[in-house]
Amino acid sequence: MNLAERKIWGYRRENGRVGVRNYVAILPLDDISNAACEAVAAHIQGTIALPHAYGRLQFGEDLELHFRTMIGTGANPNVAACIVIGIEVGWTEKVVAGIAKTGKPVAGFSIEGNGDIATVAAASRKAKEFVHWASEKVREQCPITDVWVAAKCGESDTTTGLASCPTVGNMYDKLVPLGLYGCFGETSELTGAEHLAAARAVSPEIKEKFLKTWQSYQDDVIEAHKTSDLSDSQPTKGNIAGGLTTIEEKALGNLEKIGKKIKYIDVLEPAEAPARGNGLYFMDTSSAAAECCTLQAAAGYVVHIFPTGQGNVIGNPIMPVVKVTGNPRTVRLMGEHIDVDVSGIVRREMTIDQAGDVLIDMIEKTANGRLTAAEALGHREFVMTKLYRSA
Amino acid sequence: MTIPQLLVHDRRDNVGVVVVEDLAAGTDMLAVVTEDNSDFRIAARQATPIGHKIALKDLAVGDTVIKYGEDIGKVVAPIAKGEHVHTHNLKTKRW
Repeated sequence: MNLAERKIWGYRRENGRVGVRNYVAILPLDDISNAACEAVAAHIQGTIALPHAYGRLQFGEDLELHFRTMIGTGANPNVAACIVIGIEVGWTEKVVAGIAKTGKPVAGFSIEGNGDIATVAAASRKAKEFVHWASEKVREQCPITDVWVAAKCGESDTTTGLASCPTVGNMYDKLVPLGLYGCFGETSELTGAEHLAAARAVSPEIKEKFLKTWQSYQDDVIEAHKTSDLSDSQPTKGNIAGGLTTIEEKALGNLEKIGKKIKYIDVLEPAEAPARGNGLYFMDTSSAAAECCTLQAAAGYVVHIFPTGQGNVIGNPIMPVVKVTGNPRTVRLMGEHIDVDVSGIVRREMTIDQAGDVLIDMIEKTANGRLTAAEALGHREFVMTKLYRSA
Repeated sequence: MTIPQLLVHDRRDNVGVVVVEDLAAGTDMLAVVTEDNSDFRIAARQATPIGHKIALKDLAVGDTVIKYGEDIGKVVAPIAKGEHVHTHNLKTKRW
């Protein structure tokens, strides 16, 4: 079928966005509210708790990022309705108000003065209401390009640059011109190919914004904290075992996943929602898989494509993560983690163009409800990005 | 088409990537350049794991290693054509 007419069965949300999952999320504002959230999720079927490690005594830009990630996670179209539990009323209600802007059902509960047991009881009653409401929602046909698709690669090796990343790039080259929202990140892992990444910006203004973001990462993170160089972390031990030798080689493979033709139209802060319309976006993220995926989900992406070489097993609690590999050894040893096997590319049995089509088919199936390998295996890594120590 | 043992991204590259498991020393490899599907043959000097690189020509200390048509680092120990290229003889110029 003509790509422009491809449809998926998704959930059209109150704000017009399309979700491909239908979660009732139980979101802790802070680390000490994890227990209450997990109790609600254990009690009320059809809900999912999203425990994490932070949310207390953060300040400045780090606190803003915390709120953006919390609100963005609750606002994600894969979340039908959301319960927020925090220790205090003030910050809890701030997150509730942010999520409520989407028009979806959201309710906040605070523990102070109530205790866990009463809070869990009240939140459970509301969660049960939300579950009934959400489970009455019916999927409807939506253009495949309404599915926001993010990408990030991990446990990369040399096959990543030969097969799995070019497959993702081919998909973006085909779908972005038709109206898809795409996203790539990994500021650190573009080091070595930053000149090529800069050249893919849509305008001199965006190029400048990208280079500023990249340089600030070099100055504020690497130069400020390095003990020798990044040789022990970039490439990782896994990358080196897979045959990657230098950061440049790794970055060049990484960049293959934004295709050959398209340009990115803006540079996003971590967890910032795209605001310049459809197109490809670069987001300033860590290259650690769970952190990057969590930020992309908080920006509103509903499906994630994860090219891997040596076999990363990452998942996300609210955003299906589709694994793609071109390494025949990884298919043989870790096949249960792989959704799309493109190892035919290195055997020259499959072209990049064919692989891109297979990936688009898998996006369609995933959007329609097929569980990814990571979902079936219970991978729910939800990891907040922390910019500096709390007060 | 016969399955290649070695893939090369770009015609300008001086290394290729092993794409089969259990590549034995002395294997007369079929190498394919993915950019234009051209091919050539080259012998592997030693057993080299899948995903690892092999030099397409003799390289001297200080030479630049080219992959994707781009600079990926400098040679830090002499490399003979057909030999394994990795952290023992290739290093980034950045650090």
